[in-house]
Amino acid sequence: MGTVIFFDALRTAIGPTAAAYALLAVGLNMHFGYTGLLNFGQVGFMLVGAYGVAITVATFGGPLWLGVLVGIAGAVVLALILGIPTLRLRADYLAITTIAAAEILRFITRTSGSEPVTGGVFGLRQFAGGFYALNPIPPGSYLGPLSISHGRLWTMIVGWGLVAVFTLLLWALMRSPWGRIIRSIREDEDAARSLGKNVFYYKMQSLVLGGVIGAVGGAVFAVSLQTVQPDTFLPQVTFFAFAILILGGTATWIGPIIGALIFWFVIAGMQSALRRLSDAGQLPEFFGSQAVGATTLTFVGLLLMLLMIFRPQGMFGNKREMQLDVK
Amino acid sequence: MSSDAPAATDPLEGIAPEPGVAKPDPILTIDGVKRSFGGITAVNVDHLEIQRGIITGLIGPNGAGKTTLFNLMTGFDTPDTGTWRFNGAPLSGVPAHLVARRGMVRTFQLTKALSRMTVMENMQLGATGQLGERFLPSLIPGLWRRQEREITARADELLARFKLDHMRDEYAGTLSGGQRKLLEMARALMVEPELVMLDEPMAGVNPALTQSLLGHIKGLRDDESRTVVFVEHDMDVVFDISDWVVCMAEGAIIAEGPPSSIGQNAAVIEAYLGATHGQAPARRRKQAGGTDQ
Ligand SMILES: Nc1ncnc2c1ncn2[C@@H]1O[C@H](COP(=O)(O)OP(=O)(O)O)[C@@H](O)[C@H]1O
Ligand SMILES: [Mg+2]
Repeated sequence: MGTVIFFDALRTAIGPTAAAYALLAVGLNMHFGYTGLLNFGQVGFMLVGAYGVAITVATFGGPLWLGVLVGIAGAVVLALILGIPTLRLRADYLAITTIAAAEILRFITRTSGSEPVTGGVFGLRQFAGGFYALNPIPPGSYLGPLSISHGRLWTMIVGWGLVAVFTLLLWALMRSPWGRIIRSIREDEDAARSLGKNVFYYKMQSLVLGGVIGAVGGAVFAVSLQTVQPDTFLPQVTFFAFAILILGGTATWIGPIIGALIFWFVIAGMQSALRRLSDAGQLPEFFGSQAVGATTLTFVGLLLMLLMIFRPQGMFGNKREMQLDVK
Repeated sequence: MSSDAPAATDPLEGIAPEPGVAKPDPILTIDGVKRSFGGITAVNVDHLEIQRGIITGLIGPNGAGKTTLFNLMTGFDTPDTGTWRFNGAPLSGVPAHLVARRGMVRTFQLTKALSRMTVMENMQLGATGQLGERFLPSLIPGLWRRQEREITARADELLARFKLDHMRDEYAGTLSGGQRKLLEMARALMVEPELVMLDEPMAGVNPALTQSLLGHIKGLRDDESRTVVFVEHDMDVVFDISDWVVCMAEGAIIAEGPPSSIGQNAAVIEAYLGATHGQAPARRRKQAGGTDQ
């Protein structure tokens, strides 16, 4: 049974959903890890990216590439709307505004008034055909014991490919003088200002960039599931993305990737184990099939607590940086 | 120390030691600047001119409004009323980063060393007009590598001058309080400012470092012909290196003049002795022992 659980866990860890979450975490790394911006509404950018694709294709019959562009443009607009009034104020204003904006977006997509466009609570489907039509992989089952279908493999390749592209982009940006300003803002924005840097403008660029990466994550998410529904975009998605980032190590290029792999490996492994044990009647009713989700999350929370106690810099964080007195 | 005076002809020779007096070549001119916090008037300056090319010491008991005046002048705070001009151009309402780019750079009373960046990165950040600081060019190192090398060379020179070269690649967070003050000053110089505003550059610096810090401040005037305004409590230091001293109390300029005239000024003595939360200037001498040779 151990190997079965292992393969279940591995299949999810390298799957398209994990890649989508890795993208959310890459975006948050830009915001929080490098710039120190508290975006608690990354799921809002994800929603915009997902619905950008779904609405453009399913509602208006446009091509997929246009849908992706619409999602990205939507993310830019959202970042501007969120950033312009808040980025001159204290950090907590952005936090409150982003979490509220993400929830407002979810309510807008699910109200009956927007049903003709967004599909309301039922959401939208049949918009990913164009993506799967491009699949160059011959039909079949791949990666041996993981038995991954050619369609899933295609989304995995594109999803993780995008993770690689944006990881590389941030790596290149952060080693440049542009990245130096971004890091100085995280440390002390008044110091950056006193040296002639337009802090607001750089924060805005960071917010837009991280938001766009989140929206691309949303597009990957929507295409891989081939459906969007408002209630998958709950606030907790943002907190999973934060958990992934912190798990892997903030302000490191590899943190979001490692974090996503570990996070989904543990979640899927736990779920598989609990389900199989419960099916075999080897588990007290308390943990039974109804409670698998809650038990898993409790366990993940415990794991994060232990990590913060014993390895506060995350798996790949810089310990010396962590220990410096920041003021 | 009068042998260190900048030039044979003192530009402020014969200027009356009166609050708000006009000067021959002001770099900064302040008019009617007021700032209150709730009921407290933190700054209330009718008129003040800062002469170009000299070191002006700004003194006054704690809470006199010195830091607030710095904040207002450099765009970190907004006054209720008032205007000020830098090099003849009005600066009211100009955001802090543009004030710095125009040539007025300040340091902070509580140092703002960027702890999780190296000493060299702190320095490099100070350089203005970097092509690599723009989003798209930053992605192509070939475009900015040369400029980065030039900036690094300039930073290395300054670090050597400020005796921080051995800490070059350490995180700034590992520096001592005094070294952070030095770094902050060196970093401000990377901006190539015309006017440097130093808010208590000597506070918390151990006596061994104070002398070299004083030397650096004089060097700004003598070797680089920059203008310096600095806040300091130690009267020995103020009298040693200032060409002109301005004294604030309860937000207003109560006296100004050459150092020799300030020590005996009745208003200054009154401000220090009368202020309940201030300290008499003479009493600071013991704490800062070793500064006078
Ligand atoms: N942000 C602020 N909010 C409220 N009061 C302030 C603020 N900044 C300064 N003050 C008050 O303004 C007065 C001048 O302070 P400050 O400029 O720091 O004096 P100094 O630098 O001369 O010691 C003090 O009474 C101080 O308490
Ligand atoms: Mg002060």
